[in-house]
Amino acid sequence: MTDVNKTYESVPLYNDLSFFKKQQRLVLANCGFMDPEVIEEYIIRGGYEALAIALTKMSPADVVEEVKKSGLRGRGGGGFATGMKWSFAAKSPGPKKYVVCNADEGDPGAFMDRSVLEGDPHKLLEGMAICGYAIGADEGYIYCRAEYPLAIKRLKLAIKQAEDMGFLGDNLFGTNFSFHLKIKEGAGAFVCGEETALMASIEGKRGMPRPRPPFPAISGLWGKPTNINNVETFANVPTIITKGADWYAAIGTEKSKGTKVFALTGKVNNTGLVEVPMGITMKEVIFEVGGGIPNGKKFKGAQIGGPSGGCIPESLINNPIDYDSLIQAGAMMGSGGLVVMDEDTCMVDLARFFLTFTQAESCGKCTPCREGTKRMLEILNRITEGKGKAGDIALLEDLAKNIKATALCGLGQTAPNPVLSTLRYFRHEYEAHINEKRCPAGACGALASFSITEACKGCSLCKKVCPVNAISGEAKALHAINKDVCIKCGACVEKCPFKAIIKG
Amino acid sequence: MSNQANKCCCGGEANNMAQLDELLAKWQGVKGALIPVLQGAQDIYGYLPKEVICYIGEKLNVPTSQIYGVVTFYAQFHLAPRGRNIIRVCQGTACHVRGGAKILKAIEENLKIAAGKTTPDLKFTIETVACIGACGLAPVMMINDDTHGRLTPDRIPEILGKYA
Repeated sequence: MTDVNKTYESVPLYNDLSFFKKQQRLVLANCGFMDPEVIEEYIIRGGYEALAIALTKMSPADVVEEVKKSGLRGRGGGGFATGMKWSFAAKSPGPKKYVVCNADEGDPGAFMDRSVLEGDPHKLLEGMAICGYAIGADEGYIYCRAEYPLAIKRLKLAIKQAEDMGFLGDNLFGTNFSFHLKIKEGAGAFVCGEETALMASIEGKRGMPRPRPPFPAISGLWGKPTNINNVETFANVPTIITKGADWYAAIGTEKSKGTKVFALTGKVNNTGLVEVPMGITMKEVIFEVGGGIPNGKKFKGAQIGGPSGGCIPESLINNPIDYDSLIQAGAMMGSGGLVVMDEDTCMVDLARFFLTFTQAESCGKCTPCREGTKRMLEILNRITEGKGKAGDIALLEDLAKNIKATALCGLGQTAPNPVLSTLRYFRHEYEAHINEKRCPAGACGALASFSITEACKGCSLCKKVCPVNAISGEAKALHAINKDVCIKCGACVEKCPFKAIIKG
Repeated sequence: MSNQANKCCCGGEANNMAQLDELLAKWQGVKGALIPVLQGAQDIYGYLPKEVICYIGEKLNVPTSQIYGVVTFYAQFHLAPRGRNIIRVCQGTACHVRGGAKILKAIEENLKIAAGKTTPDLKFTIETVACIGACGLAPVMMINDDTHGRLTPDRIPEILGKYA
């Protein structure tokens, strides 16, 4: 029983928690606060109001104008002005047009769209229906990766509920506007996040990109005018319509409006999805929202934008996060992955990790991406194995610039970014690997070397755990590692109770 | 070709054939049906046998070559039968430094197949993965939904024995 006279220990308000203080949740406003499988909960929270306003009080041209005025830019990576994109599709001659949602979120370490799809699916449907009205499309597709079974289940349920309630289907809100939505499950190909590849995949073909122009707004799905945006972009639209473009445009910076959701991961205390206004500094996100670096380690850099993005070094940590500043710094907004790294991360190894991913996911259609990324990866592999040669850095840079300039689609054009940005800010690490055969972060296994310091008490635990019997020494005497036998597995480092074994 | 599919129908169960026909009927005349049909067919057969691909091509009026192109493009589709037990050996960074390669080698030697292949008795398929997010237990592998961590090569025969 609650005693009304008793004072209880207070529960902190959301906004008193440093994790939430600097966040502004528009896209994620409902996620976690309602049952996404109950449409009424969405409606109570103002859901489908924007669609009603658009359909009954605005002309399609008004809607396009409002989105243009809001300054919303594509949240999938490129950052193209959404209102502009819609106006191209609106101008294309009908009668048949399509709206497509790119829900093929495939960056390693990114799960922003997943949380909207699973936590607030109706917001996406509403945004897509408004887009359909604005450009004159009566049919839409959501291309969702098959690895998100819960998202697909909830989308199917949401579409059914919206159809039953008259928010999707024929003659919505008594107007002559009709809009039908279908789900397409991806089949496991990262390149299908590229818009022309995605449309090829919906058509049942190999998901390979094609040259643009013609842009999808002119000739898209089945040759018809098509507008394609990602999940987060569509999820911003209902807010813009209900609160107005001016309200929305007041958030953010001059050229980047609104908020952005990031998947904050890596060596940071508070990990998870964060939604912050554009223009916030990297320092605020990592040290205030993220709560800083664990174990008293030093911040080294942040990788933003996944395999297409780049590394932001400590010297630029006070720069604002917006589309243009990031491009200037050699990174990009990307879809919103934000991986924090401390002094233990090797930047060459990190670049290699991302390039391994993009190289494997290259569809093979254009030569620069198919052959170029493979050659770059070979060079990075040999550098991290201690077999780097003089001239490797120049060769990497040359290849990277050529691939960026000549690859067919966004995947290839951005694949060299992690290499270029680490070369720009952490060139000395590449040089240490090549010239001194040394990994400054101690992360590259082949270049690591272990030794036992005077702190050794001769307990022999390391000797017992070593899988290749590389450690010798009498009990209670200083032990030693035979570097010719050592396989650098690191088991001894973890076993030593006296921290007497050092790597580097 | 359709007769052949009826006769052999890969897996031998007539039931499968009926399910495939039902699937094809559902998608008949729908634009962009190929990928959903292939996904459905793989759910029925566990993989995409040649006969099934030919049969689908005939029914949807798509050249077999084109279907083959689609099947080999996407990671989700398999052209060979897969084992009842799928072994995923982690080759991520953490496992790599703790001898993940030796674990893989021990499994390959034990089952006498290479990574990516399936044993002739269809008991096991070996796959390698980039990370399964259990780095604290490195080196690690998953067999179906079970995670096996802190592996050493000499433990492999015993663990595999539980699934044989």
